[in-house]
Amino acid sequence: MSDQPATNGALVRVEGVEKVFHRGTEDIHVLANLNLQVPAGEFLALMGPSGSGKSTLLNLIGGLDRPTKGRVSVAGDHIEKLSDHQLAAWRARHIGFVFQLYNLIPVLTAERNVELPLLLTHLTKAERRKHVETALAMVGLTHRAQHYPRTLSGGEQQRVGIARGIVTDPTLLLCDEPTGDLDRKSGDEILNLLQALNREHGKTIIMVTHDPHASARASRTVYLNKGELTNTPLA
Amino acid sequence: MTALFNWFAQIGSIARFGLMSIPQRRGAVTATVFGIAGVVLVFVGVLSIAAGFRRAMANSGSADAAIVLRSGSDSEMVSGLGRNDTRLIADAPGVARNAAGPLSSAELFVIINLPKRSTGTDANVPLRGVEAAATSVRDNLRITAGRMFEWGRNEVIVGAGAAREFAGLEVGGSVKVGRETWPVVGEFTAGGGVAESEVWSDAKVLQAAYNRGDSFQSVYVRLNSAGAFQEFKDALTANPQLSVKVLRQSEHFAEQSTAMMKLITTLGYLIAFLMAVGAVFGALNTMYSAVAARTREIATLRALGFGRGAVVIALMIESLLLAVGGGIVGAGLAYLAFNNFHAATINWQSFSMVAFAFAVTPALLVQGIFWATGIGLIGGLLPALRAARLPIAAALREL
Repeated sequence: MSDQPATNGALVRVEGVEKVFHRGTEDIHVLANLNLQVPAGEFLALMGPSGSGKSTLLNLIGGLDRPTKGRVSVAGDHIEKLSDHQLAAWRARHIGFVFQLYNLIPVLTAERNVELPLLLTHLTKAERRKHVETALAMVGLTHRAQHYPRTLSGGEQQRVGIARGIVTDPTLLLCDEPTGDLDRKSGDEILNLLQALNREHGKTIIMVTHDPHASARASRTVYLNKGELTNTPLA
Repeated sequence: MTALFNWFAQIGSIARFGLMSIPQRRGAVTATVFGIAGVVLVFVGVLSIAAGFRRAMANSGSADAAIVLRSGSDSEMVSGLGRNDTRLIADAPGVARNAAGPLSSAELFVIINLPKRSTGTDANVPLRGVEAAATSVRDNLRITAGRMFEWGRNEVIVGAGAAREFAGLEVGGSVKVGRETWPVVGEFTAGGGVAESEVWSDAKVLQAAYNRGDSFQSVYVRLNSAGAFQEFKDALTANPQLSVKVLRQSEHFAEQSTAMMKLITTLGYLIAFLMAVGAVFGALNTMYSAVAARTREIATLRALGFGRGAVVIALMIESLLLAVGGGIVGAGLAYLAFNNFHAATINWQSFSMVAFAFAVTPALLVQGIFWATGIGLIGGLLPALRAARLPIAAALREL
């Protein structure tokens, strides 16, 4: 295990986090005394072999799961202290998710899928439409707004997923293997897009990947192995 | 306020996605909807028998008409009154009169056997001997074919229900009474009431045919008004020469139908309950498969910030809508299949057949849809709770 350099202005702070899953009578220790700080505006890649706990860490930062021990704070909010109800509202306000399998709602058009997180805000219909148009324009899919997911290519579906992730202008964009289900060309387009969001719009991004080609686009890469973080890849 | 609106918007969106995805699950959804429709169809169908029977009985007597039986009698079958009794009853205060005298009909009641048109087997048919006021002490009595029998002659008229159910009861036909054969000279209706199941003749002629001397079993009277009943009843029960039971006709017929009503209603609820248990499993299966098919979708919405409660309510709404849809289909089919379906059944209190029409009433339709709603609620609750408890992180990766 290796401590990350302390950053007072860190947007994300993971302090002494431990995560244990229970399977029957067996306890599985996935993360052990883990510390990580991510400053605002960083594009961080989280690498590691399967089962190393990358997605678990991402879920803890995104408030989809709670640590067994330790503290996780994002933008000053200690999310391990929030109730389920508060956590749901917190996610809606602060987190944009991009999933490996896109996770679009098949019965909704691209436009309606992007609009989903906005249904949890107090925006009017006209305001929501404007936000959706902006998000779709940012991912270059304005012309596909009325298409259903099944009529879009994998790369296009993931771009809709990214538009949905950024439409509320969240504090943090969490991407779980965003290129894992795409061919190299489509994957590159997605990585270009994420890089542009980080560089041109200052989005803080944490991306889980096991592809060195993808992690090369990030501003920093950390490696997770057997529940511990290092700054250097495994031998 | 905005938080509440936001919550409703969440519920609305999730419920809408669920309903929009129904075409992808059309097999299971159709089976559930028709399963619930079947429960409602049977429930409404069986209870429409009871409602029809009750309507036939209720149409038989109005509030300003009364019936007098011997004290302690449960039905006309076991009652007995002498000529002196019937005169005292006719002259009692409260009885309406016209130019011919009091509106009072002393009647006797025998059972004859006639073959049913449907099966050819014999069944009991009530043959009632009446007096001239008989048509005035009952409501809506109307000769619809042929003519009234002539007083003092061996002739009968038949109720429309009896004519429909039994062979030989058409005008021009005949019935065997004792050792004689009497012609059917007319057919009558009685507003759907129980009299329509009977065959009528002159009381005096019937007394002679059955060696009844001058005895009767009941007296039907028309009162001055519905309010005159208490005065009439008090006068008769206070009279030491009489030992009688006095009832409004409406009460009498309601009492006559209790055994039948209880049987049919209990049977209806029992069958509906057993079928509903089956339908609940059908609904559970559909909603569990709906949740299973949408695990990743529900987890995605939860990850985006949609609340647990909104997921539960939205799935319950979907289940309820399917169930109510099934309920409406079942109620509609029951109405088309059963309303006004003509049947005859034995009335246990008189051991004779009563002809009636099934009645699919608005109250029954509402009850049927109410049952469907119950099935939807129970069938939707467990799957909805399961969906709400899905661990988001794991469910997001479900294929």
